[in-house]
Amino acid sequence: MIGLLRGLLIAVLLVLPSAAPMALSPDELLDDPLLETRARAISANLRCMVCQNQSIDDSDAELARDLRLLVRERLATGDSDTEVIDYVVARYGEFVLLRPVMALHTIVLWGAAPVILLIGLIFVVIGARRRSGRPKPEGPKLTREEQKALDQLMNE
Amino acid sequence: MITEIGHFTLILAFVLALAQAVIGFGFWRSGEGPARFVQQSAILQFLLVGLSFAALTHAFVVSDFSVRLVFEHSNSIQPMLYKVTSVWGNHEGSMLLFILILVLFGAGVAAFSSSLPRDLSTLVLSSQGLMVAAFSAFVLFTSNPFWRLDPAPRDGTELNPVLQDIGLAIHPPLLYLGYVGFSICFSFAIAALISGRIDAAWARWVRPWTLASWAFLTLGISMGSYWAYYELGWGGWWFWDPVENASFMPWLAGTALLHSAIVMEKRNALKVWTVFLAIITFSLSLLGTFLVRSGILTSVHSFASDPTRGTVILAMLVVLIGGAFTLFAMRASSLRQGGLFAPVSREGALILNNLFLATATAGVLIGTLYPLVLESLTGARITVGAPFFDLTFGALMVPLLLLIPFGPFLAWKRSDLVGVVQRLTGAIIAALIISLIVFAFLGFPVSMAPIGLAIGIWVMVGAVAELIDRAAFRKVGFGEGMKRFRGLPRSVYSTAIAHFGVGVSVIGIVCATAYETEIVTAMQPGQTIDLAGYEITYEGEQVVQGPNYTADQGQFTVVSPRGGVREMTSERRVYLVSRMPTTEAGINTYGFTQVYIQFGERMGETGRVVRLWHKPYVVLIWLGTIFMAGAGFLSLTDRRMRIGAPRRAKAKAKEVAT
Repeated sequence: MIGLLRGLLIAVLLVLPSAAPMALSPDELLDDPLLETRARAISANLRCMVCQNQSIDDSDAELARDLRLLVRERLATGDSDTEVIDYVVARYGEFVLLRPVMALHTIVLWGAAPVILLIGLIFVVIGARRRSGRPKPEGPKLTREEQKALDQLMNE
Repeated sequence: MITEIGHFTLILAFVLALAQAVIGFGFWRSGEGPARFVQQSAILQFLLVGLSFAALTHAFVVSDFSVRLVFEHSNSIQPMLYKVTSVWGNHEGSMLLFILILVLFGAGVAAFSSSLPRDLSTLVLSSQGLMVAAFSAFVLFTSNPFWRLDPAPRDGTELNPVLQDIGLAIHPPLLYLGYVGFSICFSFAIAALISGRIDAAWARWVRPWTLASWAFLTLGISMGSYWAYYELGWGGWWFWDPVENASFMPWLAGTALLHSAIVMEKRNALKVWTVFLAIITFSLSLLGTFLVRSGILTSVHSFASDPTRGTVILAMLVVLIGGAFTLFAMRASSLRQGGLFAPVSREGALILNNLFLATATAGVLIGTLYPLVLESLTGARITVGAPFFDLTFGALMVPLLLLIPFGPFLAWKRSDLVGVVQRLTGAIIAALIISLIVFAFLGFPVSMAPIGLAIGIWVMVGAVAELIDRAAFRKVGFGEGMKRFRGLPRSVYSTAIAHFGVGVSVIGIVCATAYETEIVTAMQPGQTIDLAGYEITYEGEQVVQGPNYTADQGQFTVVSPRGGVREMTSERRVYLVSRMPTTEAGINTYGFTQVYIQFGERMGETGRVVRLWHKPYVVLIWLGTIFMAGAGFLSLTDRRMRIGAPRRAKAKAKEVAT
């Protein structure tokens, strides 16, 4: 179903004016390979605003192209990676970041997995302590027929 | 007429399912009569829904455009395969497929119910009946596939061209077999909670269903991933988008369930947790359906973002999942815990496995829902995308993967870590040596990738080491060892193969991510380009006529580093009816490595934008999942699966030490 739905995602994207599923074009690339690598790394973390969960590298939308060019423009003028990202966020908001910032409003998001893991570990340790200090409980009782069926199977 | 019969049999199935749920839940203690009724009703429902599905398929096959669904999703010039797959390439039809599989499994339980205690099988079937009733009501009242159009149009629109692919024939049915299969585990959990009857035998009955569902879901997700990979046109294979996460969460929970059910079956421990997992796994499947269908996620890839449907599914979700958890809260404390074990033991290892998998599931769930909740609470809009999941999920998987080889080496009840490490010494050394050879070959690149590779190698070597250790070659000599090796139970083999497959996938993921080469360029006919040692020549383009599309086909010649010459084509298609453009990537496979070409837009007079990728060992990603799913099916054929009750330790001790 993922593919199926992804299909529709593509379909919707393809209805947009230009028609390539991936739109990074040769004419956009920077001449300096080092700068270009940096541009790609930054792009991978920037979301195409009019598409869903796609990075600007993967999108063919006009806006994504504008953003790609903007990133390269800033890099060419000598901005650091952080400065470029800050600049884009200042213009388009936090929504543009595929990797959310670590801040008060994302504390639950970032903290969830470690906290759950920790709580789980505590439970496991408590469980282990309790198990080793407790007398062995009786097993569940089988009905007579079940016992018979079981014996039969055992004798097979 | 045939369509109306299909419509009618679906209504009958709905009524019957409702009766099955009411009578089953009401009278499960009252002996033979109700038990027989729910069994026969379950089998009859399968026939009815089967007829209904066949009627809809018939409408598609004969292109009956007076049926609205056929008009909207099919066309007379579509190849027959896509006429048939159009049946479920839309919301209404896919829900009917969902119900078909639901009743198929229900009939399966009914057919095999003679080996189950009567009260348990009756309760399981009642719960299944409730679900069939709920989903068929949903289809009949909000997403009816049988509505007619009057007057009937002369020809249909078209199945979405992107879906006109063999992938649509394979991927959704497999995924649904997985999703829906977990409904049986869910129903077993409900039955256990109501009857208060839960023991090792229960786990034994649930396990085949878990195994089969898990194996199908594994294949389904993997197929979807490969489909996206070649159809999307830029070679991505996993995107962490909400729809993928929706199918991945039940898989993670199902994997945890698979492992915890072993503890319950063998040692009669972890009962409450196993029941909880059985409920949560199917709940996550339903949640996934809801998230996709309702369009509540900022998601354009739902079939139909119809708010009515979303609301109805939400209501069903609240009743089914809410009901199950209420029952769980009320009854879980009455489930007795059994089976003592020390922290360092097979049980302990499986608990750690469950801890990491459950945390990963929760992490994916929270990451998927967080933007939604945050926006509705504070209005702040954020995106949680692939970089977040890569980081958090990856961090959880590293310790889990490192621990995998230890699990099967640990003894039940109480084990000795030093002894296990000693027995694994050979494997550790082997993994290190292989890793070093691989690193030397790669020239020690400075990145995280070698660590990932080493982890994958460790998991693979560990899996093989377990089999070798069990055969005890060193103790009994080669000949006797081989005999033992061949005589190992299939469940032992399947554990090793599944874990081996995990390692294979890890290596594929690391290689394809870290060592990929990409070139985006404009090419003129006759021009040759070097892609990671492959000489690729753009020969030119021609126009190709397909059955229902025309395509600009780019032709390439690829000379591999070993000198082999192969042709390759990559297309840009336009479908005739919908005028929708798609791309067909060209893919050549060399061993486990692929060369991937996307034929781009025009550039100047004769030039074309061409995007080329060299993806080393990318095939391993999917090959690993085939190992995993295959191991699941192999385990199903193990003798233990065919016996209804667990054997005692004495019988087990006769086998090679477990």
